[in-house]
Amino acid sequence: MSAGRTSPFVALSRAIVLGFLRDKASVFFAIIFPLMFLVLFGGIFGSQGQSKVDLIQVGDVALVDELSPAARAAFDDTFEVSRLDDLDEAVEEVRKGDADVAIEMRGDVLVAHYTQTDPTKAAITQGALRAFVDGTNVAQSGQPPRFSLSTEQVEDDSLETIQYVTPGLLGWAVAMSAAFGAAATLQGWRQSKLMRRLQLAPVSTRTVVGARVAVTVGIALVQMAIFVGLGAAAFGLTLTGSWWMAIPLVVIGTLCFMSIGLLAGAITTTTEGAVNAANFMVLPMAFLSGSFFPLEGSPRWLQVVSQALPLRHLNDGMLDVMVRGQGPAAALLPMGILAAFAVVVTLVAARLFRWETS
Amino acid sequence: MAAISVHDVVKTYGSLRAVDGVSLEVGEGEFVGILGPNGAGKTTTLEIIEGLRRPDSGSVELLGEKVWPRNAGLLPRIGVQLQASSFFERLTAREQIHTFASLYSVPTAAADDWLERVGLVDKVDTRVEDLSGGQAQRLSIACALVHDPDVVFLDEPTAALDPQARRNLWDLLAGLNDSGRTVVLTTHYMDEAEVLCDRVAIMDAGRILQFDTPAALVRGLDSPTRITVAPGQLDVADARGLAGVSDADEAPDGVVLTTREPARVVATLAERDLLDGVRVQTGTLEDVFLSLTGREYRA
Ligand SMILES: Nc1ncnc2c1ncn2[C@@H]1O[C@H](COP(=O)(O)OP(=O)(O)O)[C@@H](O)[C@H]1O
Ligand SMILES: [Mg+2]
Repeated sequence: MSAGRTSPFVALSRAIVLGFLRDKASVFFAIIFPLMFLVLFGGIFGSQGQSKVDLIQVGDVALVDELSPAARAAFDDTFEVSRLDDLDEAVEEVRKGDADVAIEMRGDVLVAHYTQTDPTKAAITQGALRAFVDGTNVAQSGQPPRFSLSTEQVEDDSLETIQYVTPGLLGWAVAMSAAFGAAATLQGWRQSKLMRRLQLAPVSTRTVVGARVAVTVGIALVQMAIFVGLGAAAFGLTLTGSWWMAIPLVVIGTLCFMSIGLLAGAITTTTEGAVNAANFMVLPMAFLSGSFFPLEGSPRWLQVVSQALPLRHLNDGMLDVMVRGQGPAAALLPMGILAAFAVVVTLVAARLFRWETS
Repeated sequence: MAAISVHDVVKTYGSLRAVDGVSLEVGEGEFVGILGPNGAGKTTTLEIIEGLRRPDSGSVELLGEKVWPRNAGLLPRIGVQLQASSFFERLTAREQIHTFASLYSVPTAAADDWLERVGLVDKVDTRVEDLSGGQAQRLSIACALVHDPDVVFLDEPTAALDPQARRNLWDLLAGLNDSGRTVVLTTHYMDEAEVLCDRVAIMDAGRILQFDTPAALVRGLDSPTRITVAPGQLDVADARGLAGVSDADEAPDGVVLTTREPARVVATLAERDLLDGVRVQTGTLEDVFLSLTGREYRA
């Protein structure tokens, strides 16, 4: 900055950032629009999510009271326990929906009074109670059980809505703004001949492309900070151990979707056309990649097809490290797939790009 | 040494010969215009000289160096205004030219000087989208000159401006080669080429038909002089009988006499006291174009 001089890289980056911030539509679609979805899913549907099961314990329930500390912790993770002494009163609470289940001991039998109003919760309640009963039987008899129950990982079903939607919506937001940014820049700069003009300035292509990439990656990281910040502050999002691996994931995901934007810009002749083409590629992909709803309950074919979509891998990677508690290595395969997509799509875009639009 | 030396350059698009064997020498400090109707090949020629497009054949030297492939050493020495407003979107005039200054590693103070010189001081905080056509052209010219290049290329800098804005811009353009800078501009306005340029290359259908000073071009034309006498002073038959007049016609602004002996005719008109409101027109570049192509000039 000395003597009023700025490096070409900094000057270009600043010009691009200002152009972005002053374009209300870009800011809206990159930040506000996805946040509206986050608030919608996290705030409104969130209350119907799989939160803890409200359990009323009537009188002494030996099974629960005598749980080992580890089992007790697991029990408390699943159930929000309150106590009542009157069974009728407790059952009435369940009937009214103020609680999900009431339990009492009749001799050696644990009796659970539950409601079918929310079938998912009812299933979780029954399954969980059965598991505790079986576990306690094994612990007390000292005998290995004759039958064992194998459990499938059901973490996604048990993830609270906010845990699920934050990575998915973030993936969509990053994909959208990276693709739009690249598509609009390529077309806009070609239309206005600014790209030609920059060719005649003593700056390398690397500097120009580098500035555009740096700004887009910066925007993606800001999106991430806002999503995670708002999710945690307002909707109880809790990140798991290696969430920081989502940062390199977002960076590579941004590159990947910039390449898709370049492709959209290369195959179209106007800025509007380029943005529409980018939208046409990203929006269906967001649906098919589980950005808006979990794929676990979707048809088999969809799950297979979605494996071919880069956003699926970005979403999966972020879910794994941000909320499923997987180790840092879980992000590596998605990162590799996204990088491969980025390289291939960029090469295709470069082949299809024409200087002339006429 | 010539600032620009173009030798037999050809550029085809499919079967169209957009530039069809152009040769051109421009001296240092010269102000040269390429004049021709739309589609003549002016922009293509200019972009080949700048090194933006590769010619099919022929060679270009700019300041003694090859322009193709991209010659990074040459770029700081040339300034360009392309035939479009090549701006960064949504920046103000000042941000715009500061960005260009940084691309050329020039202090921003030099950029501010140029804003002043092109008369945009009170528009520095206006976004480029909100500038008028003339202001945008001025900013674009300032951005082309911010690094004080030795050669500057301006592609139709006055296109799409109203006549007043066009004339205002001429003052700015006329001063560009004062300090020894070489200027090449394209235009489809005859009057502009005549007023601004030391030499004019007349271009049509990819070829340069003639390249000379405006005066020499007109002189070489050997066209008759037209003298217009104010209406109501002379009837056509009478006019045809005057010594030295080869033809006479009624026109809305008077009677037009055609002659190859203008001095003699003017003397006769003076004797008859008919000189009030007389207009004398020798050949124009328009006549040059007509005689070179056999077509009326239409921009
Ligand atoms: N990229 C291109 N592809 C095909 N034809 C082109 C291209 N650029 C220019 N032309 C054609 O070449 C001719 C010369 O164009 P141009 O140099 O732009 O003329 P001018 O600047 O004198 O108006 C025109 O007929 C134009 O249509
Ligand atoms: Mg042109």
